[in-house]
Amino acid sequence: MCNFLRLNNPLTRYLRLGDYLLILMSIIGILWLFNNLWSNEQAAKVQIRQGETIVGTYGLNQTREIQVKGPIGTNTISISNGRARFSKSPCRNQYCIHQGWLNRAGQAAICLPNQISLELIGGTKPYDSLTY
Amino acid sequence: MNARHIQTTIEDHQVAKLAAFAIALHMIEAVIPSPLPGVKPGIANIITLFVLYQYGFATAAWVSILRVFASNLLLGQFLSPTFALSLGGASLSLGILWLAMRLPKHYFGPVSLSILAAFGHIAGQLIIVRLWLIPHAGISYLIPIFATAALFFGLINGLITARLITSK
Repeated sequence: MCNFLRLNNPLTRYLRLGDYLLILMSIIGILWLFNNLWSNEQAAKVQIRQGETIVGTYGLNQTREIQVKGPIGTNTISISNGRARFSKSPCRNQYCIHQGWLNRAGQAAICLPNQISLELIGGTKPYDSLTY
Repeated sequence: MNARHIQTTIEDHQVAKLAAFAIALHMIEAVIPSPLPGVKPGIANIITLFVLYQYGFATAAWVSILRVFASNLLLGQFLSPTFALSLGGASLSLGILWLAMRLPKHYFGPVSLSILAAFGHIAGQLIIVRLWLIPHAGISYLIPIFATAALFFGLINGLITARLITSK
């Protein structure tokens, strides 16, 4: 029975010791990636960029509309209840609007035609105190 | 007519035949819908890996690069961003295979090479996306998903390659 399993199961037949180790390390690496890149941290600020320049960084604990000018017109960005979104855009595809409200640290939305981007920043970004 | 005759060797024919197989697999894969752009089984890599084991690295590199050029020409994506992603992925994947083939064969079989090549593919594509298409941290969210897909499909392609090699 054991012999039968060994011969017919492709996993035991084709995998060698190093293969098992590599798979194990890959799984650990992927779990590490999930843990680090999928933060559930509530965002505290939103950073708005136009092209190469940072237009501004705004706290999310306010209700506010921000107008940002780009090469094809003006985008409106709304902030309310700890969230931020693109609410008006002169671009044709409106992808940035469809991204909807963002509220977690690390989330981002971009309007490529107008070169404007939003990036949500958590309260614990290491250079926070240096910059602001 | 004064046509110039190009001398071809047996190796050239072999490369062409193997590349044709890889192109066919790439075409089949192109019609399979994917839940997320970039998450693909990468079955053409089975050919690259098989050729690496049977004919060596140089032939595998030829087959892989020819596959990228020909498939993208056939799909009408030549010189488009998709082509750049394809080429970037294949190049980094080949670079990693070039290093990984030096691992002790007794412990590391085709499955290891396949998984490493799959990670290379995804890493090459992500680097191009980051540098050229979306110079922004926004895509980091997708990295764990791409890595999971790479591990899964790398394992399956590796098992298929192992089977092909041993059945020969």
